[in-house]
Amino acid sequence: MRELSLHLLDIAENSLSAGAATVNISLEYKPGVLRFRVSDNGKGMEKEFLDKVTSPFTTSRTTRKVGMGIPLLKNSAEITGGSFRIKSGLGAGTVVEADFITSSIDRIPIGNIDETMKALILSNPSQDFELKFKNGEKEYELKTVDIKNYLKGVPIQNSDIINWIGESIREGLKEIFGGVLNEISG
Amino acid sequence: MKSLAELKAIREKALKEINLRDNADKIRVVVGMATCGIAAGARPVMNAFVEELNKRNIKNVNVLMTGCVGACRLEPMAEVIDARGEKTTYVKLDADKARKIVVEHLVNGRPVIEYTIGETERE
Repeated sequence: MRELSLHLLDIAENSLSAGAATVNISLEYKPGVLRFRVSDNGKGMEKEFLDKVTSPFTTSRTTRKVGMGIPLLKNSAEITGGSFRIKSGLGAGTVVEADFITSSIDRIPIGNIDETMKALILSNPSQDFELKFKNGEKEYELKTVDIKNYLKGVPIQNSDIINWIGESIREGLKEIFGGVLNEISG
Repeated sequence: MKSLAELKAIREKALKEINLRDNADKIRVVVGMATCGIAAGARPVMNAFVEELNKRNIKNVNVLMTGCVGACRLEPMAEVIDARGEKTTYVKLDADKARKIVVEHLVNGRPVIEYTIGETERE
């Protein structure tokens, strides 16, 4: 995975397969660290599965016995000197958290979060997504539930709406991480 | 930053279009979006499908995502399922191929044989 936004697409897809109605995504900058967090209210995992979920030889799918998504994210965080955590319980949803050391040369760029969110919203219009960017001073937030309330009857997949969402996210990234992360200009 | 109030104008425009919309039988385009697909470039493929359909104002096609289909080496993959339920499986896609599939298959009704799994696997 060459961008954090691609990990996001992958991890959020796990939440959706777990039957989540709402997926919460947050990217928070604290001096020196970028914290990536995805939490959901899906069905969660049993302890036995959770204990081995960071192994590539653990997967919920049945076509093949390997699952690379979580191990790849863990590795992307740990090669920067950062860390990875996952919390889950049956019926209690799942929280995935990865810390990236921002000064590390091995940190992958954030990438096109807007493209990831557009893809997620387009193909899962009945699920809700909450996206948050924070930098300690300022905050950006986008909630599809708010947008849907405003739209009253117009589908969120409408191309003008989706493009508006993409633009809003790009502006949010610039506002919160511009000049803070070196891949985003201020 | 953007304000939700801007959605009002977009909503009004959209409502006019909905009334004109042809509610013909839906065609589905299903893009594989598991780790394997994403790493191979499925996101630009999906977005290319959506953009090309919007550009051509085609409303009877739904673009969806699915998990791993089990043929990771052929990703990015997409299936086109027409109104009769007939399925065409496209493999090793990129954004340009996706746009061509929109034009040839979804608009003109001629599957792009050279990108299909049958043709690729014969090589």
